Amino acid sequence: MTVELLWWEGCPSHPEALAELERILREEGVDAVVTRVEIEDDDQARRERFPGSPTIRINGEDIAPAEGEPFSLTCRIYRTRDGRVSPTPDPEDVRAAVRRAA
Amino acid sequence: MIGIGDQAPEFELPDTDGEPQALQTPAVVIFTCNHCPYALAWHDRLMELARDYADVHFYAINPNDAERYPRDSFEAMKERVRGDGGWPMPYVHDSTQEVAREYGARTTPDVFVVDSEGALRYRGAPDGDHQDDSLRADWLREALDQVLAGEEVARAETDPVGCSVKWRQ
Repeated sequence: MTVELLWWEGCPSHPEALAELERILREEGVDAVVTRVEIEDDDQARRERFPGSPTIRINGEDIAPAEGEPFSLTCRIYRTRDGRVSPTPDPEDVRAAVRRAA
Repeated sequence: MIGIGDQAPEFELPDTDGEPQALQTPAVVIFTCNHCPYALAWHDRLMELARDYADVHFYAINPNDAERYPRDSFEAMKERVRGDGGWPMPYVHDSTQEVAREYGARTTPDVFVVDSEGALRYRGAPDGDHQDDSLRADWLREALDQVLAGEEVARAETDPVGCSVKWRQ
């Protein structure tokens, strides 16, 4: 399983996203190293199809596909399962994506 | 950039009805925007605060570069306020980013409390956790209560937490 965390320094949410991702991988017994990819400019954001920070991809698939979002240096807006706005994905959505890929 | 005790920079910026809004005191000046999840997560708490402190002037200022971030355009601001059926504070556009630079705004949100003499008395985050609605912007409430009671603000500075202000390049 390949696991990537794409991030941009303008959003402070990536350390929390990484910690949650690694915790969930451990809990699910998945032995995968998270590859961290820093996105540094708009050109790279377009090349990497980066809809905002943080973006988690498992086997190349975004765990929460951002349909229609422009690729740019921005912070992603996630919704938790109880409907709240969050800078990081709902941990249960991350877990579900890990299980699908396992 | 200003520090605690300094005079807060005055400003006059257009709100979403196109009306100029000038700083009046006492005030809460909130740098915020449309596209940042931290600003959105704290938004309802800040709106509630403005309703609770009717004698304080509140200003929501969007300082972001709208060319690179179209969701933060003046048109998008107007649409958002319209969609919400109005806000209890003016949402104003700092298109030149001068006000944000004068205040030294770092993130959205970044909150400043100005007393009735125009001095900065609090700067930082609304409360300690953007994900916990039960906190109700309590750092900001504490600071406001102390300012309005003529007391020293016990916690005058906290680290603002949010998306970086999107400066023009």
